[in-house]
Amino acid sequence: MSTDPSSPKARPAVTRFKSPVRIEYEVAAGTVTSRFLDGILEGRLEGRRCPSCEKVYIPPRGSCPTCAVPTSEPVDVGPRGTVTTFSVIRIPFEGQVLTPPYACAHVLLDGADVPLLHIVGECDVDEIRMGMRVETVWADELKPTLESVRYFRPVDEDDVPYDQLREHV
Amino acid sequence: MSGACAIIGIGQTRHAAKRADVSMPGLVREAAKRALEDAGLEWKDIDAVVIGKAPDMFEGVVQPELFLAGALGAVGKPMFRVHTAGSVGGSTAIVASHLVSSGVHRRVLTVAYEKQSESNAMWALSQRFPFRPPIAAGAGGYFAPIIRAYMARTNAPDHIGVQVAVKDRLNALDNPYAHLKLPNITAEQVAASPMLWDPIRYLEACPSSDGACALVLSADEADCKNPAWVHATAMRSEPMLFAGRDEVSPRAGADCAKQVYADAGITPDQLDVAEIYVPFSWYEPMWLENLGLAESGWRAVDAGETQRDGRLPINPSGGVLSSNPIGASGMLRFAEAALQVRGAAGDHQIDGARLALGHAYGGGSQFFSMWIVGSERP
Amino acid sequence: MRPIHIAGFAQLDQVLRDTERDEAEMVQQVTAAALADAGLGRKDVGFTCSGSNDYVMGRAFSFTMAIDGLAAWPPIRESHVEMDGAWALYEAWVRLQHGDVDIALVYSFGKSSLGGVAESLTYSLDPYFLAPLEPGPDVLASLQARRMLDAGLATEADFARAVAQAKAAAVINGQVPDPLDHRVGTSHLPLRAEDGPVRTDGAACVVLRAGGGGPRISGIAHRIDPHQPGARDLATCPSAVLAAEAAGVDIARLDVAEFHAPYSSQVVLLSRVLGLSERTTVNPSGGALAADTPMVAGLVRIGEAAQAIRSGRARHALGHASSGPCLQHNLICALEAE
Repeated sequence: MSTDPSSPKARPAVTRFKSPVRIEYEVAAGTVTSRFLDGILEGRLEGRRCPSCEKVYIPPRGSCPTCAVPTSEPVDVGPRGTVTTFSVIRIPFEGQVLTPPYACAHVLLDGADVPLLHIVGECDVDEIRMGMRVETVWADELKPTLESVRYFRPVDEDDVPYDQLREHV
Repeated sequence: MSGACAIIGIGQTRHAAKRADVSMPGLVREAAKRALEDAGLEWKDIDAVVIGKAPDMFEGVVQPELFLAGALGAVGKPMFRVHTAGSVGGSTAIVASHLVSSGVHRRVLTVAYEKQSESNAMWALSQRFPFRPPIAAGAGGYFAPIIRAYMARTNAPDHIGVQVAVKDRLNALDNPYAHLKLPNITAEQVAASPMLWDPIRYLEACPSSDGACALVLSADEADCKNPAWVHATAMRSEPMLFAGRDEVSPRAGADCAKQVYADAGITPDQLDVAEIYVPFSWYEPMWLENLGLAESGWRAVDAGETQRDGRLPINPSGGVLSSNPIGASGMLRFAEAALQVRGAAGDHQIDGARLALGHAYGGGSQFFSMWIVGSERP
Repeated sequence: MRPIHIAGFAQLDQVLRDTERDEAEMVQQVTAAALADAGLGRKDVGFTCSGSNDYVMGRAFSFTMAIDGLAAWPPIRESHVEMDGAWALYEAWVRLQHGDVDIALVYSFGKSSLGGVAESLTYSLDPYFLAPLEPGPDVLASLQARRMLDAGLATEADFARAVAQAKAAAVINGQVPDPLDHRVGTSHLPLRAEDGPVRTDGAACVVLRAGGGGPRISGIAHRIDPHQPGARDLATCPSAVLAAEAAGVDIARLDVAEFHAPYSSQVVLLSRVLGLSERTTVNPSGGALAADTPMVAGLVRIGEAAQAIRSGRARHALGHASSGPCLQHNLICALEAE
């Protein structure tokens, strides 16, 4: 480095610079999701059935993924369900909202044909198992978001045997 | 039907957690220049450029083909960018190969890359859906429950994932480009490493890497000094979440494999080596079954069949477990398969390899791309 | 080369804000409509290719949600480009030339109303030297318009004529917003707000077929220019000229040209550099000035050019797609009546 402060050599080379990006998006829920969120405000989990394959999706989809037709019939599902599989998240990461460790589970709600991804709470993470029966725990104040379901907690029912889970997992 | 396509040049970068010594243009040029040198060609000899990478949020540059046009010698030429999530490195190579096999272009340069140290890949992989709780925990968080389901389905013992993790890192020691070099790795060390997304441990997971891979493709006899020939290509996709979906062994992967073997006119046991996309060690036994390479994936691993001296070496390069620039990883598998059949894989060469499979997957295990390459013209 | 035809085309109405449908529904509807137009079913499709943009849609891997609109079960041959659907159409055309399939479905979708378009365009610029200056798309287009005026290539009256023509066409085209309804943008002289695009939400789909009837793709090609606006003469568009040559466009016989030019100055630029004559009607649909759905506007141009042929208004037409600052990257699809 030159000692003459006006010389280009006096300045260290730039090797990196921070370039923050911030974009705000405004998302419309759409007709199908709006109806689902209305159900949430009433403390209900409402899925939708495909008129072609007759499977019930939760959260509901406007287009059935296997049939590509609009789903139609609303179907209340839950409030209980079965953990088909799960993981315990132990790693922290940028943008994470929950504090690890927490259990993330596939919950097959009674009446639904696909599992819902959510948290299992009020349960030691080491106690969670495939086939465990759980129930919906709602937030004290219901808002139009699936976050109004705080988590699922274990209920006092026998585990669903693996053989019966097999088609879902 | 289509004509032939050969891989006449292969190049890749030194993969690392952070390639602070190069910009994005510098990274892609490092791989591209090596591929051109390998092919004995110059930038001006290329007719079209196809790049591929995973989501733009991994670097914070939208549609990077625009600003990379000059760096890759594409000015005045066609430039294209493929994005099929994690399988993109593979699908990019396939799209590039079709430009040659269809006769549209004579010589194509294709590059796949990721410089994910510039943004935050874990964040980009964990984005919230609107109106949903913030549950996503990256790729590991997505795949861990599926791995648990495989273990339950097959009663696989715990140590299988550990075995694969050790094998791939030891293989990487013979790959000068690999990111992770863990010469002292042992099964005990892997088993003792922290659990990240149960049941995936730290040392059973892929690293986050900056890196690029490039191929030069041609079908012109005059260009083919030591070619690897494309025998078959295939891609399949299925929806991510639907009633009755088998997430452990997705049909899209199985169908894709069946087609690529059929189009190549082979049965899977005729393969000499396979480079498959294993980002978490348990995916090796899972993919062995999905690809029809073993009836019981975990037993094949346990018996040492996928070691470099085994019945079917898997990932002699060290695989995704040793280097994972996400957008490039698929093309690295395709490239390593091609290196093997050219006899150009150096210290991790499998002796006598003449037929190899390259495999890549992405999304919620819903996008698959595969190719079979051979030392003979099909 | 195998003769490839446009067997079907559909577009959702391009609207200022679609608050009813998500991506999967948009794709389900537009692909169903295009297939119906082609007289084909989903099972007839050999290869599917789409275009979309994560930054526009506000999440990484955004294209994957749209797969739910395809009935991708049993699994399908499918690919995707993070580009305008016109380039997805190019990939599909190449796949049909490769020859293992005969029918391809091409679609793209985008929503300007989410609010990310201007930033998406800004962050597509060179991250070291351009993006930090944050020159938005309107500013860059204005630089190019200024250069065109200084070079004597066009006058402000030429720009105004392109705006007037687009508005008149938009009144007739029931699938773009009423020109009296749209939001007013900002001016960056010499371009005024009305010299820029009406940003919309929408989706489009084209069905390609090897053989069969319908407008034939007589040539398709794309080329790219240097990225830095300062590295080229903005009063020219070399890549558009090269692409048109490579696509074998016969300018003298061209009846309709649909340009994906979101600014009036760019409509004029393309007309000039390609040497269009009075014979050619430019943007009878209103073009991207009337409705610019991100990642869709280029595919719509190709579809509209095909419609011009199918309706008997043209025997030779071209659909153009663009990407990058100041028309850096250009694709030309030349179509002929059978």
